[in-house]
This record gives sequence, structure tokens and C-alpha cells, in this order.
Amino acid sequence: MSMWWWVFAGVLVVLVGLYLSMTAGRLDRLHRRIDTSRQALDTQLLQRSALCLEIASSSLFDPATAVVLADSAHAARASADGDVIVRGLAESDLTRVLVAAIPDPQDAEVLREESPDPGMLEDLRQACVRVQLSRRFHNDAVRACRQVRKQRLVRWLRLAGRTPWPVTVEMDDTPPPGLSVR
Amino acid sequence: MRIGIVCPYAWDVPGGVQAHVRDQAETLIGLGHDVSVITPVENPAALPIYAVDGGRPRAVPYNGSVARLTFGVKATARVRRWIREGNFDVLHVHEPLAPSLGVLACWAARGPIVATVHSSIERSRVLVTGYYLAQTALEKISALIAVSEYARRTIVDHLGADAVLIPNGVRIAPFADAVPLRPWPGPAVGFLGRMDEPRKGLPVLLDAWPGIRARHPEARLVLMGPGDGDEILASVADEYVPSITCLGLLSESDKAAALASLDIYVAPNTGGESFGIVLLEAMAAGAPVVASDLDAFARVLDGGRCGMMFPMGDPEALAASVNALLDDASAREHLTEAGRRRATAYDWTTVAGDLLDVYASVTAGQRGVHEDLRGQIVGRLARRRPEGRSR
Repeated sequence: MSMWWWVFAGVLVVLVGLYLSMTAGRLDRLHRRIDTSRQALDTQLLQRSALCLEIASSSLFDPATAVVLADSAHAARASADGDVIVRGLAESDLTRVLVAAIPDPQDAEVLREESPDPGMLEDLRQACVRVQLSRRFHNDAVRACRQVRKQRLVRWLRLAGRTPWPVTVEMDDTPPPGLSVR
Repeated sequence: MRIGIVCPYAWDVPGGVQAHVRDQAETLIGLGHDVSVITPVENPAALPIYAVDGGRPRAVPYNGSVARLTFGVKATARVRRWIREGNFDVLHVHEPLAPSLGVLACWAARGPIVATVHSSIERSRVLVTGYYLAQTALEKISALIAVSEYARRTIVDHLGADAVLIPNGVRIAPFADAVPLRPWPGPAVGFLGRMDEPRKGLPVLLDAWPGIRARHPEARLVLMGPGDGDEILASVADEYVPSITCLGLLSESDKAAALASLDIYVAPNTGGESFGIVLLEAMAAGAPVVASDLDAFARVLDGGRCGMMFPMGDPEALAASVNALLDDASAREHLTEAGRRRATAYDWTTVAGDLLDVYASVTAGQRGVHEDLRGQIVGRLARRRPEGRSR
């Protein structure tokens, strides 16, 4: 009789072990996804600010707009290695400058006609859309990871190890209304 | 960019997802990208050059009906080999929740994975039953796309995940280039869709027809789509039978020519539509549209700016709209113009541009798609340290 208890206990231990191993695997996958989505967002943000600097130094905008744009693009790039909240604020500022620079499609039309390089505005639209998309994907990855990390067993057994609690990136990423296609 | 696309349903069986995958692949190839599709197929000889045989589908009872899906040891091996040899920058899985090649691909790959969900709320029971299974696949997906607001709601409500809305594409060119035939003396009013499916709304149009003929005695009703035309004509009062032409099921090019020949295209649907591709095809062909006021149609018609709308299932309102439009040539011209412009926004090249934005936002800084050896016992032992881990 007692042998059956041992077998039962053994099976239970194996099952719990399997579950824990699977959950640890899941967490590993989720953390990896956050890493990659964060890298992707980083790349897109840097591409956007680089493009803004390039545009500011071309003759696309009037000098006043160009100065403001260059200033906020510089600030955004300078904050790239710092705190995620500070960076979010700097990138939001850049977004606001872009929105103010191209508030509606008529402005975009005028700029397109006078532009030295007509592809530039399309590149800018693309960069803004891609920033928005990659931030959305990143925050969704964070949400999925948090969902698992909130589980009691995961917290009690510290299955996430020393990996810091994942944080979303908060910023204003509206593409300039003048550039949206639909 | 090297793009691997996974289609879950048999290539040689007609279906919305398959058509979507075909158009997507061909548009991306046209834009100069390297595309490979893996798909179940009954007859591998039917595959185009860019597609790979993922195995024969098997009929299994699933989700309340019989579905033709591909799974099992052989299919897994094929998907793994395709991923290993494909060297893709990004993997695009369609319908990741169907237990078919899509799920297998999610398990077999690591790296940037994009997935498109097509099915809408009615099918969501599966999500609950396969919740855990679905989660393990979904956790590896870097970007979810929904083709309609309904599909998006399914994802948000049942999985708690976010999805980007990228509507279905339409290949505008064949419709925009169609040459009108106009073999009828009077104005032509057209319907396209399954004639015997009540939700397509043909009965509403037939009820409205006497009212339209009363105002325009020369008008002709053109019916296109699968279904028994004789049976439909038998249900109509004798005096109206000569004014109705049944063209039946048409080829793509005939369909385009027929739509281009219409003075008005009517979509009297009474529900069950999540998008309205036919509307866009008609608009691209230059036919002014009169449609019932379904949400999906209102979106496509830009709230009525690109087509006329009438209260769903109301034959008198339909007749009044059609009569008003037939009386007003300049309004028709205006709708043709607005419709053509609207249709380009849904053209596959526009949609492919949106997809490329999604691909770029998940592949930036990544090293492409690799075979995932974790979870394979042998693979786990053979695994080298994963590259690029920052923690």
C-alpha cells in the first residue's frame, strides 16, 4: 500500500516539475520577445530622429521649423541611452514638432511640390508609422510577459530569476496628420 | 527581403484565406521581394512556382464541421526543413489559431514572426478550448494583424492581445482595366453573390425590382454568382422574367467586364459580411454602388460618401435609391469617380506597403528566422548558446 503512495508522490513531483519547466520555458520565450521588440523599437526611433536631422539640414522646411526640428531630434537622440521615461518624453516632443510642422494634407502637398527630394516625405511617413507599430508590438510583448509573471507560483518560486519587471514604453507617437494616407 | 508565408488551408480548394495568401505573395514578388509559401495541397502539380508542398490535408471533425487540415509528423518535418532552408528575414503565418501548418511553423521557428487572423467572432469557441495551446504559439508571434474589426475584437476579447488592423487587399488592376460590354438597351442594375444564400439579400432586390421597373421600364437586372438561376426566375412574377438576365458563375475577367458594364451595382446583403470585397471590385470597375447599411459596408463606402446606402432589408428604400440614382447621371459619375479613388486605398500594393511597415518594425536589428530547436529533446542537447541575449 505504502508503495503506491510513493508512486503517486513520484508522479506528482514529475508533473509539477514538468509544469514548472514549461512555465520557465515560456518566460524565457517571453523575455526574449521583449528583448527583440525593444531592439526593434530602438532601431526605429533612431532611424526617425536621424531622418529628422537629415530633413532639418535639407531645404525642405523653412529655417524656423528646421531649427526646432533639429533641436528636438538632437534631444531625442541624446536621451537614447538614458531612462525610459525621459526618453519617452523627448521622443514625444519630437512627435509634437513633426505634427506641428505638417498639420494637414495641404501642407504636405505644398512641401512635396517644393521639396528637393520628393521621396523624403514618404520616408518620414514610413519612419513615423514604423515607430508607432514597433512600440505597439513591444508593449503587447510586455503585457503578455506580465500576465505570466503575475501568476502566484511564478512569483513564489521566482521563476523569472533576476530579470527586471518589464516596463512598457510610453510616448506620443501619432504620425503627422498631414502625412497619413487613409 | 526574404519572406516565408504559411497558408493553413489546402491551396487547391477555393477559399478566402488562400486567395489572400496568393494575392499577398504575388504582390510582394511584384515589388521585388523573395517570397516562399508553404501550404497544404491535394495535388502538388497545381502549385505555383513560389509555393512549397506542405503535405496532404486530412478531413477531420473540427469546430463543429469537417475541416481539411494538415498536421502530424511528416508535416512537422516539412515545415522544419522549409524554415531551415528558407533563410527568411520574416515569417508570416496566416490563421495561427487553426491546428494546421501555422501552429507548426510557430513552434518550429524563432525570430520575427508576423501572424494574420482572418476568422471572426463566430469561430471563437476554438480559442477557449485550445487556449493554452494557442498561447504557446501566440507567445512567439511578434506582431498580430487582423483583417477586419471583427477579427480584431476576437483577438482582443479572447486572447487579451493587441492586433494591428490591415484590411484585405483587392487587386484593382483587372477591374480598373475592364472594358464595358453594355449589350443592353436600358440601364443595367447588377447583383453578385450566391443567389440561394438569403444573407446575400437577393430576395430584397427582387422585391424592389417591380418598383424600379415602374420608374424605368427599360431597366435590366443582371444576376451573377453561383446558384440555380431557373429557380430564381421561377419565383419572380412572369411579367418581370424577360427583364432579368442570369449570368451564373463567371470567370474573373468576365466578372470584371460585367461589373464595368453596370450602371448600378447593388449589394442588398442582410448580414454576415465582415468586409465587402465585392463592393471594392465593383467600385474599381467604375460601377456606382447602392448597398445596405451594414457596418462593414459603411466603412468601405466611407460612411456613404463613396456609394449610396439604404436601410438593410427594406425593398422600398432600395427601389427609391436605385431610381434616384438612375435619374441622376451626374451623381452616378460622381460616385464612379469617388469609388475608383476609394478602391485604390484598398489595392494590394497599398496593403503590401502596410505589411512591409509591419515587417520592418519587427525585423529591425534582428537576424532573421531560424529553426527553434528548444523543445526538441535532441535539439536541446545540441543547442549552442543563443546569440544576442542581453540578460
